[in-house]
Amino acid sequence: MKDITFGQYFPGASPIHKLDPRFKILLTIALIVGVYTAQNIYGFVLVSLFLAVMIFVSQIRASLIFKSIKPIFFIICFTSVINLFYGKGGAEFDLGFITITERGIYTAVFMALRLIFMVVTASLLTYTTSPISLTGGIERLLSPLKLIRVPVHEIAMMMTIALRFIPTLSEEADKIIMAQKSRGADFESGSIFKRIGALVPILVPLIVSAFRRADELAMSMECRCYNGGDGRTRLHEFKAVTSDYIAVLIIAVFIGAILWTNYFGVITGVRISL
Amino acid sequence: MPNHIKTVNLEFSYKTDDGVTDVLKGIDLEITSGSFVAVIGHNGSGKSTLAKHFNGVLLPCGGTVYVNGIDTRDDSRIFDIRQRVGMVFQNPDNQIVSSIVEEDVAFALENLGVEPAAMEKRISEALAAVNMTEYRTHATYKLSGGQKQRIAIAGVIAMRPDCIVLDEPTAMLDPVGRREVLRTIRSLNRQFGITVILITHYMNEAAGADRVIVMNDGKIVMDDTAQSVFSQVDELKKLHLDVPQETELLYELAKEGIDIGTATNVDECVTQIMKVLDRK
Amino acid sequence: MILKAENITHIYSPKTPFEKKALDDVSFSIEKGEFVGLIGHTGSGKSTLAQMLNGLLRPSSGKIYLDGEDIWAKPKEIRKVRFAVGVVFQYPEYQLFGETVYADMALGPRNMGLSEQEIKERIEEAADFVGLTNEQLKRSPFELSGGQKRRAAIGSIVAMRPKVLVLDEPTAGLDPYGRERLLRRIRQYHESGDKTVILISHSMEEIAENASRILVMNHGKLELCDKTSDVFRHAQRLSDIGLSIPHITRVMLALKEKGVDVRTDIFTVEDAKAELLRVMRGADIV
Repeated sequence: MKDITFGQYFPGASPIHKLDPRFKILLTIALIVGVYTAQNIYGFVLVSLFLAVMIFVSQIRASLIFKSIKPIFFIICFTSVINLFYGKGGAEFDLGFITITERGIYTAVFMALRLIFMVVTASLLTYTTSPISLTGGIERLLSPLKLIRVPVHEIAMMMTIALRFIPTLSEEADKIIMAQKSRGADFESGSIFKRIGALVPILVPLIVSAFRRADELAMSMECRCYNGGDGRTRLHEFKAVTSDYIAVLIIAVFIGAILWTNYFGVITGVRISL
Repeated sequence: MPNHIKTVNLEFSYKTDDGVTDVLKGIDLEITSGSFVAVIGHNGSGKSTLAKHFNGVLLPCGGTVYVNGIDTRDDSRIFDIRQRVGMVFQNPDNQIVSSIVEEDVAFALENLGVEPAAMEKRISEALAAVNMTEYRTHATYKLSGGQKQRIAIAGVIAMRPDCIVLDEPTAMLDPVGRREVLRTIRSLNRQFGITVILITHYMNEAAGADRVIVMNDGKIVMDDTAQSVFSQVDELKKLHLDVPQETELLYELAKEGIDIGTATNVDECVTQIMKVLDRK
Repeated sequence: MILKAENITHIYSPKTPFEKKALDDVSFSIEKGEFVGLIGHTGSGKSTLAQMLNGLLRPSSGKIYLDGEDIWAKPKEIRKVRFAVGVVFQYPEYQLFGETVYADMALGPRNMGLSEQEIKERIEEAADFVGLTNEQLKRSPFELSGGQKRRAAIGSIVAMRPKVLVLDEPTAGLDPYGRERLLRRIRQYHESGDKTVILISHSMEEIAENASRILVMNHGKLELCDKTSDVFRHAQRLSDIGLSIPHITRVMLALKEKGVDVRTDIFTVEDAKAELLRVMRGADIV
C-alpha cells in the first residue's frame, strides 16, 4: 500500500512547482484535452517529446512517473484489448476465431498511449503542487459556486485533510493487518465470502481509529482558531505573474502544434470509446 | 507578576448512562505568567479535563475560568483566548492538518487572517523556536514522532501565545523524541518567557517544573515546588503515583536514620550523597 | 532452547533506492522459561525482529528455529508459528474489533480451529491472567478504559496459549500505576509455568526490573546480549548508542566518578540503597 504515489507531492523549486496552482489546474485540463486531439504518429511523438521536456523541467524522477502508471496498468491493457477489435480497415490478420485489422492495432496502441499521457499529465500536477495549493486552487476556481451555496471552502478543507491522512491511515492499516495475522487471520485463502469476512477485523478498528483521529484533529483545529472559511488568509496567496502567462502561451502553442500535425493525415478516426 | 489563568471553584461533570460523573470538583487555581507548572495525577484524576478548560475547549459546569481576566464563557472573545493559550495534545499525528511543515505551521495564522507577508516571518520564528528550521518544506508524515510533536508546538507558537498547555506531549514518543520535546518546552519557557502548563505521567519531567500540582479524584491535593511535592513519597504512592528514583533513594536512606536532604534529579542526588560521605 | 535465530538479515525494499538493512546478521537463542528484555532506539530493528519471530516477515537470509525446527521449512504452515509465538504489538488496543471482549479474544483460538468449549476455557484463563472480570468479557471492548482495552488486547494473544509471548512496548502511554499493574501481571504470567516472555521496551527501568537477560539492538545489529547485571556494566556504551540508562544507575556512575567505591551494576532503588548503606556503614557514618 505504501507504493501508491498518485496524489503525492514531491517538494521542489522547478518552474513548474512555482506556477500558480489555478493556472496549473486549468492548463492541466487543457493539456489533457489537447493530448486527446492528437490523431497520428506525428502528434503522438510531439506529445511524448513535450511531456518528456516537462518531466525534465519539473525535476521529478522518471521512475516516479512510471510508478504512477502502475496502479492503472490493468485499465490500460483492458481498454487497448477492447479497442483492438474495433476499427475496420487496413491489413487484416486472421487469428482463426477473430480478425484483427491494422486499424485496430493503431487504435489500441493510441488508446493506451492517450491513457498513459493523461495519467502522466495529472501526476505532474499532483507531484509538483502541494495539497494545500492544489485544494486552494480548486477552491478559488470553484468560488463562483459559493453564490449557489456550494460549501466550497469546506470541500477544499476536507480534501486537504484527506490527502494528509492517506499515508497515516495506510500505515495504520498495515499495522492492524499485521496484528490480526498474528492472531492467525488469513486473507489469502477460502471462498470470496470467507475473505470478505476476514476483512471485518481490519475494517472495524480502522474505522474506529479514523473517527478517533477526526475527533482529535477537530479539537486541535479549534485550538488553532479554525472557524470555517470566513476571514481566512492564505500563506501562499495566488497572484498570477509573467511566468504563468508564459506557461499559458507555451500550452497554447503546443495545442496549436498538435492540431497542425493532424493535417498530415488522420490515421485513425477513432473516438474515445470507453 | 500578573495572573495569567485563574479558576474559581471550577466544576465539570458529564452525563453517562449510569447518571452524572463529576470530573472536576471545585478547582481554585492561579497560574502566574512566565511560570512552568507541571500537573500530575493518575488516569481519570481530571487533569486533562482541567487542561481543556484553560482555553475554552471545555466550558465549566460550575464556577469560572479567567484567561487574562476574560471569562472563557464569553463567546465573543473565544478566539482571543485560544490565541493566548495554545494547546498541544498527546498524539502528534492527529494534530497536523497539512502535508507540508510550513503550511501546517501557517494554519492558525491563516485562520486568524494574518497577512501573507507577516506570516512568513512568524513561521520562521516558530520553526526556529522548536529547532526545526531546516524542515520547513518537508512532508509532515515522514518526520519522527518527536519532530512531529515539535511541529505541532510550532503551529501553536506561531500564534504568539502567552501560555502553552501540553497534555501528555511525550506519552507516545521514544526517549530521544521525549528529550527533544522537553528541551523545546523548557526553552520556550526560559528564553521566550512563555507560561508552560505541562500535564505528564513522567515524574522526571514534572521534576523540572517550578511548581507541581497533584490531582486526585477531581481535586487538587498538592500544590508546591517540585522538591517539596516529591519529598512526600508515601502520600504520592498512596495516590498511585511514582516519585523520581533519585527522590525515592534519598527518602529510603533517610528512613534508615541517615541525615540526608532531598533531590529530584541525578546531580542533586549525587551532591546530597557526597555531602553525607564527606561529613566523616 | 525454545527459540534460536541464526545469522538473520532483513532488507526492506531490496534493489530499490529505498533499500534498507533492518537486521544485519543477528544470532541469539532463548531458553524455555526465560524472561528476556529487548531494547534499542527507534529504528534499531527490534520491531522488525519481533515480526520475524512469529513469521510475519521472512528473513532475507538466515534461519529461525522454534523448538529446533526451522519455522520457514513449510511456509504454508506458518500460521502454526504465529499461534506458538504470540506477538503483542505496540498499542494493541487499536486492533480490537469484536462486539464483545469475549468475541474479540476468541479470534485467535477460533482461527486455531479449537472447539467452543476449549475456546471458552482459554479465554477465561487469559482473562484471569490479564485481570478482566466475567462481566467485562461481555462488554464491548470500546466501552472499556484505556488500561482495560490494553489488557483485553494482550489477553487475546494469551488466549492462544503461545509458547513464547513477545510484548512490544506493552506499557507505552499508560500512567505509572497502570504500568506497574500491567508489569506485575506479566511477571505473574511468566512465573505461572514454563512461560517464555520477551519484553521489548524503551524503558531501561522496566527491562532491568523484569528481565534476567537483555538483548541490545543497535542499527540492525545485536550490540550486546548478556545477563541483566552484566549489560548495565556497559552503561557508557548504552548511553553512546542513544539509550537512556536508569537514573539510579547514573547516580551510581557519578558517585564512582567522584571516587566513591560503589558498584555500578545497580538499576533498582532497592539495590542502590543496600549498596550505599554498605558504603556508609563501612565509613562509620551510620
